[in-house]
Amino acid sequence: METKELLEILSNGNGVSGFEFNLKNEIINAFEKHTDSIQVDKLGNIIAHRKGSGNGDVKILMAAHMDEIGFMVKDIDKKGFIHFTNIGGIDPRTILAQEVVIHGKEEVLGVIGSKPPHLQEQSEQEKSIKMEDMIIDTGFNKDELSQLVSIGDSITANRKLVTLMNSRVSGKAMDDRAGVAALYETMKELEKINHYADVYFVATIQEEITMSGALTATYGINPDIGIAVDVGFGRTPELNNSNSIEMGKGPGVTLGGNIHPGLRKRLVTVANDYNIPIQTDVRPGPTGTDARAMQITREGIPALVLSIPLRYMHTSVEVLDLKDVSQTAKLLAFFSASIKEDEMEGLLCF
Amino acid sequence: MLLKRLTEASGVSGNEKEVRDLIMSSLEGYVDELKTDRIGNLIVHKKGSNPSGKRLMIAAHMDEVGLLVKDIDSSGLLKFMPVGGIDKRVLVSKAVTIGEKKLPGVIGAKPIHLQKRDEWSKVLDIDDLYIDIGATSKEEAERQVSIGDYVAFDTPYSEMGNGTIKAKSLDDRVGCSILIDILKSDIDADIYGAFTVMEEVGLVGAGPAAYQIKPHMAIVLEGTLCYEIDELDSHQMPTMLGKGPAISLIDRTTVYDRNLREQVVKIAQENKIPYQFRKTSMGGNDSGRIHISGTGCATTGISVPTRYIHSPLSLISKSDYDNTYRLVEAIIREFEKGAI
Repeated sequence: METKELLEILSNGNGVSGFEFNLKNEIINAFEKHTDSIQVDKLGNIIAHRKGSGNGDVKILMAAHMDEIGFMVKDIDKKGFIHFTNIGGIDPRTILAQEVVIHGKEEVLGVIGSKPPHLQEQSEQEKSIKMEDMIIDTGFNKDELSQLVSIGDSITANRKLVTLMNSRVSGKAMDDRAGVAALYETMKELEKINHYADVYFVATIQEEITMSGALTATYGINPDIGIAVDVGFGRTPELNNSNSIEMGKGPGVTLGGNIHPGLRKRLVTVANDYNIPIQTDVRPGPTGTDARAMQITREGIPALVLSIPLRYMHTSVEVLDLKDVSQTAKLLAFFSASIKEDEMEGLLCF
Repeated sequence: MLLKRLTEASGVSGNEKEVRDLIMSSLEGYVDELKTDRIGNLIVHKKGSNPSGKRLMIAAHMDEVGLLVKDIDSSGLLKFMPVGGIDKRVLVSKAVTIGEKKLPGVIGAKPIHLQKRDEWSKVLDIDDLYIDIGATSKEEAERQVSIGDYVAFDTPYSEMGNGTIKAKSLDDRVGCSILIDILKSDIDADIYGAFTVMEEVGLVGAGPAAYQIKPHMAIVLEGTLCYEIDELDSHQMPTMLGKGPAISLIDRTTVYDRNLREQVVKIAQENKIPYQFRKTSMGGNDSGRIHISGTGCATTGISVPTRYIHSPLSLISKSDYDNTYRLVEAIIREFEKGAI
C-alpha cells in the first residue's frame, strides 16, 4: 500500500482520544506486513516490533499518536438536537456549518447548525459563538435519536481527504495520522537497509489529552531512545517565522529541554549525510508531544521529536505535504540504521 | 438522482452555466420550447390544452451563494470576496472548489495552540481568510486560478436521519428540482418555467424573465429559512422541517396577493396536503420582481423549509419536497380549470 493510501484511510477514519479502537484493524493490517510482531497493550497502544541485527541490544521507540481531536455528546434536547463538548483543543470558530459523524450504536450523520444571516441582527456576525451555544442536527427527533445515540458517544468531523496541488493533501486528522503514515513508510525503508537496533513502532492513544499512551508504551518497551513523530505548525501568513516551519522543506527537528542533545546531533548529522532537508523547531520546555511522556518514563528516556509541517492544525482541513512525510521516514530509517554496536554510552554522554 | 447532481453542480450567482446545462439536458424531450435568454435565464414552455388562454409562470433560481477570487497573494494563497449573503463565521475550516475545473481548495485557520485566549471571541473577517490550493508560489497558483474565478462549497449530497437530505445550495436547487419534476410530469397544463440567474445578488434574472413571459399568475418555488432551535417559541421559527410547504405571507420584496394565497391554502386543505405559513418578513425572492413586472401579476411563494441556508450545507425533509410538489401540481390543475 502506498503511504498516501494509508494516510487517506486513517484521516478519513475515526478515533477521537479515548476512542482509537476504531482504527486498530487498519493500522495492524498496514504494520504487520513490515514488522516481526504486533501487540496491542492494555490501554490500546498498537506496538509493532521490527528486529535488528543486535538481538535487542539497542531499542528505539518511534511513536505517533493515532488519536484525533473531536467532540462528545453531552445532551439531546427536546427538539432532538445534540449538545456537545470538545475532546482536545478546538477553536469554536472553526466548527460552524461543519458536517460530523456521531459514533453511537451506529454511525449517525449530523451537521453543526448555523443561524441563517437573514434572521441575524447586523451585530451578531461580529460575535463568535460559544461551543455550548451550538447544536448538532441529525434530522432525527429526540425519541428516534435516543435509540441510536447516548450521552458520552464520540463525534468526529466528517471530512474526506482532499488532494490539493503539488503533493499536498488536506484532511481532518493529519495530526497525527501523518505521523502514523510516516512510521509506516519508515518500516518499509528499513526493509531495504541493515539496522543493528530493534525498532518499536507505536501508534499511541490519547496524546491530545493525557499522553497516557506514550507513558505506558514507553514503560513497557523500556527503549534506549524514544522518538515522537508528530506535526509542527506549517507556515502561513498570520504566523511568525519563529513559531512555524515551512511546508515541503522537510521535518522540523526540535531543539530544547525535551530533546537529548547528543541524539539530536546524530540526527542532524544523518540528515546532512543523506541530503535530507530538515528545519529547526525551538521548544525550550516540554513539547506538547509524546516525547514529553517518554522523557519522564522510568528513570528517564532520551527523546527526540520530529515534526511534519502541518497547516491549520486542529481544524477539519489540516494541510500537509506528502514530501515531508517521506523525508521524515527517510530520516527516521537512516537515523535508526546509524546506531551501531557499543556506541550508545558515548552517544548519550552529556 | 437529479437533486444530487443539481446541488453538487457549481452555480454561484453570475456563473450558473453548469446548473443551466444540467437543467437543459434533463428537460430535453419534455418541453416544447427551451431557450437561454440574453442574461442567462433559462425559459421553457410546456404546452398544454390551456382552455383559459392564461399564462402561468413558475420560477426557481439557479444560482447559489459562494465566493469570488479577488487576489492571489505572494505565497500562492487566494483571497476572496463573498457573493450573496454569507455569514463570514461559517467559512472557516471548509473545503471548496474553484473555477470551471473545480480545483480543490480549503479555507484554514490559525492553530488554536498559537492563539491568545481572547482570540477565540474575535470573529475572523473575510480579509483574514484565504483559500489554500497547495500552491507554493503566486506564479504557480496563477497557472491554475484567475482573479474572478468563482468558488463553490464542496459539500457532497447525502441522506441523513428521518428522510432528511443534506447538500449545499438547496436554496434554490430544491426549487429547480421540483420545477423540473413538474415539467417532466404528464400533467396536461400549459406552463412557462423560468430558471433564473442571480437571485442571491439582487433578484437580477426574475424581472427580465417575467417581462418575456408576461404571466397572468406566478408561482415562485424556493428553499426558505428554517430555524427551530429549542430556545425559540413557535412564533420565532420562520418554518419547521417536515411540516409541509411554506406559503409566503410577506417578505422584504413582496406582499403576497391575499386572494391567491387563500386559494392556495384551500387547495392544500382540499387535497389534504400539510402546509405552513412562512412566519417571517425577512428575506425575499424572485417574486419581488415578478409581481411588479409589466402591469403586475398575482404571485404566490411556496417554499421547501431549508435549515442553515446560505452556509456550506443545508437540510431539507424529503416529505416537504414531496408535499411541495403535490401542492404545486394541485395549484396547476386548478389554474388549468380556470378556477384561480
